[in-house]
Amino acid sequence: MNVFFAALPPYAADIAIVLVVALCTLLTRALPFLLFGRGGKRPAPFILYLGRVLPAAVMAILVVYCLRTTDFAAAGGFVPQAVAVAAVAALHLWKRNDLLSIAGGTAVYMLLLRVL
Amino acid sequence: MRELKFAARQTLPVFCGYIFLGIAFGLLLQQAGYGWGWALLSSTLIYAGSMQFVLVQLLGGGFASLASVALTTLSVNSRHLFYGLSFLEEFAKMGKAKPYMVFALTDETYSLLCGVRVPPELDKKRAFFLIALLDQSYWVLGGLIGNILGSVLPFDMTGVDFAMTALFVVIFLEQWLAAKSHAPALLGLGFGLICLLVFGPDAFLLPALVCTVLALGLARGRLAPAVDAPGEEAGTE
Repeated sequence: MNVFFAALPPYAADIAIVLVVALCTLLTRALPFLLFGRGGKRPAPFILYLGRVLPAAVMAILVVYCLRTTDFAAAGGFVPQAVAVAAVAALHLWKRNDLLSIAGGTAVYMLLLRVL
Repeated sequence: MRELKFAARQTLPVFCGYIFLGIAFGLLLQQAGYGWGWALLSSTLIYAGSMQFVLVQLLGGGFASLASVALTTLSVNSRHLFYGLSFLEEFAKMGKAKPYMVFALTDETYSLLCGVRVPPELDKKRAFFLIALLDQSYWVLGGLIGNILGSVLPFDMTGVDFAMTALFVVIFLEQWLAAKSHAPALLGLGFGLICLLVFGPDAFLLPALVCTVLALGLARGRLAPAVDAPGEEAGTE
């Protein structure tokens, strides 16, 4: 493979990398449709069940993912995240207005980052 | 076009997140010596946030081979394997737009589409398509801004990407309030935290998803009656 790269002008190798990354990304997104969404017939009940229960579970995992670098060693490493997430939740349970909750929480976070 | 107005409002949090993260990506690319054409090319063709940050490391030939590029991409993006499952039926109805919907199913677009309630007077397919398209246009735009102007942007926007975390928290709450069973959310949260502790912040996502899917599969007998709603479409709940 290094021979392959050496035989090309530098940008051609970079374009090959971009294309491979693009194709592999598309493959991960398309695979469920290729496996379970073909031929116009309904996917198996088990797959549909997974599709129904996954969003709630994935959303919890994505929240953990966003907060994965939280550092409990110093106040500046976890207080902004903790307070801002609490602010989002409180605002949302109070007004049920998604933009208000997101803007309010983000403002709290940006403010705390600068004062702590 | 009312669908466009609706989609623009729904995607506003993603706008904040994608513009900021896009700027960070474009700036990084520029510092690695790659101009705006590369930002445009990669954000248009790849359209995967975290993977594009990895891409900056891969460019320039410092990497072993195309096969390892492929393996890296597959492992970084493996979480996407699970997203399509929630939209098998929904996207099947979208005709010519289906390939784009599949291509554009990022974490954020997936989350928006899971959470969105399209008013009955609007065309749902068009609203879905516009949400996906607007999200990608923000990402492309952010990458271009960062690449061209990143080093001269006068204001400090550090922390604005928290909008993305807040978006996931809001969608999580909405699903929690609407759910007949909290088990899926709790399983995700539990395995997310456990895997974070076991595998660390860089490697926990895939194990967390796999454990959660296995647990949800095993719990089907108990959970299915609570989530099966005949006549309801997957992904709109």
